[in-house]
Amino acid sequence: MKAGSNLEKVLKAGHFAVTGELGPPRGNNAEEVRHKAHFLKGVVDSVNITDNQTAVVRMASWAACKILIDEGLEPNYQMVCRDRNRIALQSDILGATALGIKNVLCLSGDHQRFGDHPEGKNVYDLDSVQLITVFKKMRDEGKFLNDKELDGAPGVFIGAAANPFADPFDFRVTRLAKKIAAGADFIQTQCIYNLPKFREYMKRAVDKGLHEKCAILAGITPLKSVGMAKYMAKFVPGMDVPEELVKRLQGVDKKAQGDEGIKIAIEMIQEIRETMPGVAGVHVMAIEWEHRAKEIVEGAGLLPRPVVD
Amino acid sequence: MRLQYPSNIKVIQLPCSGRVDILHLLKAFEDGADGVYVAGCKEGDCHFLTGNFKARRKVNYVKQVLTALGIEPERIEMFNMSSAEGPRFAQVAREFTQKIQELGPSPVKTAKAA
Amino acid sequence: MIVGDSKPLEEILEMIEGKDRVLVLGCRGCVTVCNVGGEKEVGILATALRIARKMRGLPGHIEERTLERQCDPEYIEELADAAEGYDAIVSIACGVGPQFVAERFPAARVYPGINTTFIGGALEHGVWSERCQSCGNCLVHHFGGLCPIARCSKSLMNGPCGGSANKKCEISPEVDCVWHLIVEKMEAMGRLEELERVWPVKNWITSRDGGPRRRVREDLKQ
Repeated sequence: MKAGSNLEKVLKAGHFAVTGELGPPRGNNAEEVRHKAHFLKGVVDSVNITDNQTAVVRMASWAACKILIDEGLEPNYQMVCRDRNRIALQSDILGATALGIKNVLCLSGDHQRFGDHPEGKNVYDLDSVQLITVFKKMRDEGKFLNDKELDGAPGVFIGAAANPFADPFDFRVTRLAKKIAAGADFIQTQCIYNLPKFREYMKRAVDKGLHEKCAILAGITPLKSVGMAKYMAKFVPGMDVPEELVKRLQGVDKKAQGDEGIKIAIEMIQEIRETMPGVAGVHVMAIEWEHRAKEIVEGAGLLPRPVVD
Repeated sequence: MRLQYPSNIKVIQLPCSGRVDILHLLKAFEDGADGVYVAGCKEGDCHFLTGNFKARRKVNYVKQVLTALGIEPERIEMFNMSSAEGPRFAQVAREFTQKIQELGPSPVKTAKAA
Repeated sequence: MIVGDSKPLEEILEMIEGKDRVLVLGCRGCVTVCNVGGEKEVGILATALRIARKMRGLPGHIEERTLERQCDPEYIEELADAAEGYDAIVSIACGVGPQFVAERFPAARVYPGINTTFIGGALEHGVWSERCQSCGNCLVHHFGGLCPIARCSKSLMNGPCGGSANKKCEISPEVDCVWHLIVEKMEAMGRLEELERVWPVKNWITSRDGGPRRRVREDLKQ
């Protein structure tokens, strides 16, 4: 065991893992975090807490993680390289693990030009691949990046993201391999809507044996409406929403589009689980829809979640 | 063909409107011109291919400078006409003169007087 | 070259408000090449300033001068007899110019007339693009001759990130994804395998992050 987190145990025991996602509030409203968390309790094996996602300022990820721990859930601490240099990144992982956080997701981070403080200065001292190497070194060698000994090494299960739908497609599996070579223990992918393309991506990953070195979790985000589908297709870079999905949503009454979106998510999970070798679990990102995550996980036949000692 | 055009217009001949320089245009205003226009060949008819397009872009640049200085950008324009269009040359001259007369004297001059 | 942008005329007018004798000072170096601070631009700016003065009935002591370079003390020295006679010197060189002039002539009021933007080159007449961030440790040969530090919005050494779409960067359709270009170029050169390397953490000490930089060549020093 590298960290002994629930997510690590579930994966090690060979269960099909389920992770969820929770976006901290745009304020210090701890109650909001608890409120969202209770929808996910018992539904997922661990919960990603986003780190100022889309470069919009929110409650610190580590703090929201701690609230989740207190509520009896396991968090995945998302960390972006946009806002911290190597000093802060190492310091934060030490603090986070001291608070009981056991999973981390290493990300470059959305550029601040998207966010609510586009005039800010960014950091990008490290990139996400390098961040993985730093945390691996801290955990496995008990040393800082500068080779100095740590007084207490962070036992942490190291995650990374992959976007099979970004360009150039042919290089995407190579980049996945780089993250795994750098030390990623698990991968969570960007939201999948184009299943044939994901199938091709997974085939290439499996051909390289990457699924044996690292747990690959397929990202699932339910589409709430035609509007959301169109927005994702048009404005979110590196997002691939096929036209037929938009049409399927358009085919139902506006009030029923949310239910249809959940149905689509369930079907996708089932298809991925049953027909795509090498996928170790799903990462359900029900963005501002945490209360409906259970329907998806339950509908896909993934409840109750396993308890592994 | 003897065509009448306002005598207040001072014509400066250039081999091509593309030869016009931003500095020429600004100097005219500095020296008290109430309005300046560039008469270039019709678009697509430039002997040097793009001279008249370049002239138009320089005119647009000067419009920005004038705006920043608080001078009406309409005091500078670009017109396209062929050398065979004598009547159009005279017509543009009359119309532009009238427009400038409506705008009144250049603020560069009025301040000088004050 | 060092590329710059003219400051808005309104901003320059505000700087020289109430200053009687003004010198517009150009530079024949980079800013001449990128058409923002050479002799010609000195003429345009000075003329515009004179027009502004005339409009308000103010005396127009706006003078023009262009030095060979404003980043070498020997050329700055040419102003020795005149510099402190001006109420304002508007330097339209890169950010080095106004500093060197102000340093040499402590009593002079020096103003920057342009904003220095980046180190880059001309893609065509009138279009410039950033190419270097002066990180102090050039690695472009590993990336097919393209710099991921200056040209990737996140300076990723191990790109491309998940925001690369249709060869463009996530920040704007106007910005190329340099990592897409790197992958294409390396593939075309048959060197794609080299990109499988996990690039270690970069040492930024040679960059601005290590503090203001200085270069000393003992063989050239006097």
